[in-house]
Amino acid sequence: MAYEVVIGLEVHTELKTESKIFCGCSTKFGADQNTNVCPVCLGLPGVLPVFNTKVLEFAVRTGLALNCEILPFSKFDRKNYYYPDLPKNFQTSQYDLPIAVNGYLDIEVNGETRRINITRVHMEEDAGKLVHAGSITKSEYALVDYNRTGVPLLEIVSEPDIRSADEAKAYLEKLKAILQYIDVSDCKMEEGSLRCDANISLRPAGATYLGTKSELKNLNSFKAVQRGLEYEVLRQTEVLEEGGKVVQETRTWDEGRGITASMRSKEQAHDYRYFPEPDLVPIVVDPVWIEDIRKKLPELPDARRARLINDHNLSSYDAGMITSSRAMADYFDNTLKAGADAKTAANWLMGEVSKHLNLSNCEVEDCPVTPEKLVELTKLLDKGTISGKIAKTVFEEMWSSGKDAATIVKEQGLVQISDEGAIIAVIEAVIAANPQSVADFQAGKDRAIGFLVGQVMKQTKGRANPEVVNKLLRERM
Amino acid sequence: MKITRKDVESVALLSRLEMDEAAMDKFTGQLNSILEYVDMLSKVDTEGVEPTAHVLNLKNVLRADAVKPSLPRELALSNAPEQEDGYFKVPKIMEG
Ligand SMILES: [Zn+2]
Repeated sequence: MAYEVVIGLEVHTELKTESKIFCGCSTKFGADQNTNVCPVCLGLPGVLPVFNTKVLEFAVRTGLALNCEILPFSKFDRKNYYYPDLPKNFQTSQYDLPIAVNGYLDIEVNGETRRINITRVHMEEDAGKLVHAGSITKSEYALVDYNRTGVPLLEIVSEPDIRSADEAKAYLEKLKAILQYIDVSDCKMEEGSLRCDANISLRPAGATYLGTKSELKNLNSFKAVQRGLEYEVLRQTEVLEEGGKVVQETRTWDEGRGITASMRSKEQAHDYRYFPEPDLVPIVVDPVWIEDIRKKLPELPDARRARLINDHNLSSYDAGMITSSRAMADYFDNTLKAGADAKTAANWLMGEVSKHLNLSNCEVEDCPVTPEKLVELTKLLDKGTISGKIAKTVFEEMWSSGKDAATIVKEQGLVQISDEGAIIAVIEAVIAANPQSVADFQAGKDRAIGFLVGQVMKQTKGRANPEVVNKLLRERM
Repeated sequence: MKITRKDVESVALLSRLEMDEAAMDKFTGQLNSILEYVDMLSKVDTEGVEPTAHVLNLKNVLRADAVKPSLPRELALSNAPEQEDGYFKVPKIMEG
């Protein structure tokens, strides 16, 4: 039987505020264990949480960027469960009146645009971190660091509109891009500031009911999201094909073994007994304030991509790659401001710049070759001062030394030789030294000229203008 | 709604409370009489009344996003039954 895959994602993102959601402790990542804690975030008796304005602003901004409706009246609730990373034995979260509802975002997979609806965006506090001595199942005790407890989180819940692991990845990438564009989160999956859980079920193709789902946890990278979901599709298909039933349960993705495994002990915890948080009063947002935040939203990835395609004639692929992160798109816009030709800048950005960023594991914000310096280099190339091959060498030197292109070209004598007199001397020597290639060429083997051009380039250390070399060689044979 | 012995067991488990048979029976009876009493409220006509989100007539109590000093770690850990290396030490979590 053919099955349809049904996936909904729950994404948690840590907001980049200075202080925690309900107390003044710092949210800084990587501090020594239990140094960013106070009576409020440790859940000591008798304390009162006070809500951080910035969290509300970031939540509204996110809701608007995700095309949500902002609820005029919103409140916090207690989600009760026992786990040592939660010192109060409840998490302050939002239940029936979240800050934002009914949004969507559009993704593109295999050239097709799909709209994924967003059920809700709600605000909550993060939990602490458990450090296990040995494996989680075998260790006799756990150590707890409460620094992360109370760091503001948004939970963004999609409708079960996602139909494949590829779509799930595209959704997550788009969501990450939007969150970075609106500057509310770092979205570093490796530091846990963007985390993803997935609900996944299968149903016979064409059916409208929902099959029994499993809840997938520990999807800590884009690759894990994709591989974990692909595995789960296969597993559930196999269960159904064999006439079995999928069990509703929480499963964890085991990256090392490449499988999902049942987390039996978590099942019972699903009765969260939510009730309104008596220590926090409701939130009523002013529509004027909401409109003000809407007006200040930056240009979002879709709009920016459309601009690069329509105003700068970039291909849909190039525009998509460049706008997939705000930093990359800003870099590109800065090259335009510095006078770059759009297509040339895009080629460099997708080529040498991306290659070097990947090789040195560097973010585009920290790129040692600034947009302005890159434009200087491309201009030397346009003017014919240096050859395309030399330009790559110069770029590498700019990357490692931080010097500008003109200085490197001057210091290392890399100016392209277009002067025919200087090139002719080299060509004559090459012709004299390679009679066989010359004979081959004259016998009609056009390819032989490539070898001769190569020899001339080698002797001029890549500085000869290849077009001039080609022309002069043909004249002389 | 009647609270059964099974409900009390389940709530006790969720709350990590251990209790003997006698206590279980006692709480089943007490919880039922509390709920019966509170059930009087269901006689009130609440048609068109907004659910109460908070008993105080307040909204938007907010603070600026500013960092304040946290507790010194020794103090933060001073009530912990067990600690190790600057961490709170707790019994193992998952029953394998
Ligand atoms: Zn605190």
